Amino acid sequence: MMKNCEYQQIDPRALSVLPQSAQNTTEKTVQRSRRKWEVFPGKNRFFCDGRIILPSQSGVLPLTLGLIVVTCGLFFAFDCPFLVKHLTVFIPVIGGALFVFVVFSLLRTSFTDPGILPRATPDEAADIEKQIDTSGSSTYRPPPRTKEILINQQVVKLKYCFTCKMFRPPRTSHCSLCDNCVERFDHHCPWVGNCVGKRNYRFFYSFIISLSFLTSFIFGCVITHITLRSQEGKSLVQSIQESPASVVELVICFFSIWSILGLSGFHTYLIASNLTTNEDIKGSWSSKRCAEESGNPYSYNSIITNCCATLCGPMPPSLIDRRGFLSLDEAIPAVSASEIELPPFTVKSDAHMCTQSTKDMLERMVHSYDVHGLCPPATPKTTPLDLEVSGPAAASSEPSLSAGCLPQDARQPVAPPCPPFSRSNKRRDSLHSINPAFRLASPSPSLSRTTFILGDAPDNGFIPLP
Amino acid sequence: MAETHSLQDLQQPTASSKVFVQRDYGSGTISKFHTKFPSELEPRIDKQQFEETIQTLNNLYAEAEKLGGKSYLEGCLACITAYTIFLCMETHYEKVLKKIARYIKDQNEKIYAPRGLLLTDPIERGLRVVEITIFEERSIGSGR
Repeated sequence: MMKNCEYQQIDPRALSVLPQSAQNTTEKTVQRSRRKWEVFPGKNRFFCDGRIILPSQSGVLPLTLGLIVVTCGLFFAFDCPFLVKHLTVFIPVIGGALFVFVVFSLLRTSFTDPGILPRATPDEAADIEKQIDTSGSSTYRPPPRTKEILINQQVVKLKYCFTCKMFRPPRTSHCSLCDNCVERFDHHCPWVGNCVGKRNYRFFYSFIISLSFLTSFIFGCVITHITLRSQEGKSLVQSIQESPASVVELVICFFSIWSILGLSGFHTYLIASNLTTNEDIKGSWSSKRCAEESGNPYSYNSIITNCCATLCGPMPPSLIDRRGFLSLDEAIPAVSASEIELPPFTVKSDAHMCTQSTKDMLERMVHSYDVHGLCPPATPKTTPLDLEVSGPAAASSEPSLSAGCLPQDARQPVAPPCPPFSRSNKRRDSLHSINPAFRLASPSPSLSRTTFILGDAPDNGFIPLP
Repeated sequence: MAETHSLQDLQQPTASSKVFVQRDYGSGTISKFHTKFPSELEPRIDKQQFEETIQTLNNLYAEAEKLGGKSYLEGCLACITAYTIFLCMETHYEKVLKKIARYIKDQNEKIYAPRGLLLTDPIERGLRVVEITIFEERSIGSGR
């Protein structure tokens, strides 16, 4: 390990900060505890003190919501009165129930953590680095690392994620828009404004199914409405003129039905075969590649079991623990300076530095453990510049589904400034627009840590001292 | 050279390394850890003891993620109530996670801490690894 001293891991500019940070340490102990969502490294926004999570780019979620609300509003305002009079009162009741279910599913899909994997701690990353045999020099970037494992007698390749510094579990993919590894990654849906992954796939599915029903229902009702009107001795044109809103609804529903029904059918097929959109598009388990009938090692080989497992299976917990408190004794372990200047695979710790920082962290951990119970160290914060090098990793996370989800350009710029939610709102659960990139840029006190301090990325989410 | 360490420093154990037990994906995406005994722990703890701990953890995670009548019922009930039921009720998975946390704490107190080891709950590492910290006692008078 001692031979790997070639990389500059201490930013000299940061060293000047240290004497002040040492002083600030004692002051910090009386300051309020920070929650983990405040130092989350991915491109996410958090509301209600970490209860709600959204990607930094909401895609066209407002449009989706707007379309649904407007269409249903027009339906209830213009079509329902006529249909109630001529048919039955159950029409708005059913419509209302479907509408509520659709909106609820949509919001649940958008605001739920899709199954984000927290990034590897520096110690973990160092351990993985040690296990991988690399002999390259600092100027050569080796090909992306893969590890082959056997799952149910099927060879599966695990890829190394350069951003999250770990081998991705099977079925996990890194979403470049959210800058997170997501478990059982299906796709990033701009209509919903979130990734669809392990934890919110069932909500997404119930959203598209209920939306199919809703659009078909409204379409049918509007057709019935216009037909009934024209049967009362009026011409079709006249009927349409009397109820112009119906035409708007017809147009919206007509175009939606094709895509939504298609999407529902597609996802029903995926669920029945226990596949993700990502796997299907990449053809990971297609029969052309595999000699066996079912190449998919995750399938239970029974449609019902596959459906039940995906939709009704146990709800896994969120792994990122948004509302957990950071231990006051823990500084945010800032990312190694070498990650900005050098290819990220070259994070090779200097033995002494690593030991020193580990020792310090663990001393505090032991102390915390004795007093408070186990307090985990803070999640490492990565620089936005990491986006540039996560390209190869992100390439696999951009499946596009022509039916419903638009392909996203992997090189989209960093999120625009967040809406200016007022911090002066006195309610505890006031909306906080938290994009760490836009917080005040005072360097974080690093206590006795002597390594891995970024000096030149002030917007990198250092905890500002209030 | 005079020893300048404080008494506290001399008495406090010092962490020196960590061992990571990785996930075992041989059976799919279920949470399961390798039971292979890491060589770094050889001087500290019994191989059997360690394997028993990991195996118990694996069994607990399997219990949490088990597909069966109970979990389907919970899933259907949640769907019917538009998932609002989770506002007042803990999921089965969460209950088992609490059980796991208690088990790990118990193991740490009884078995690992006396040997200068510390198990970290895998949930705090995103269920990626079981992190075991190895503390080394700082020997008194080593500088002379």
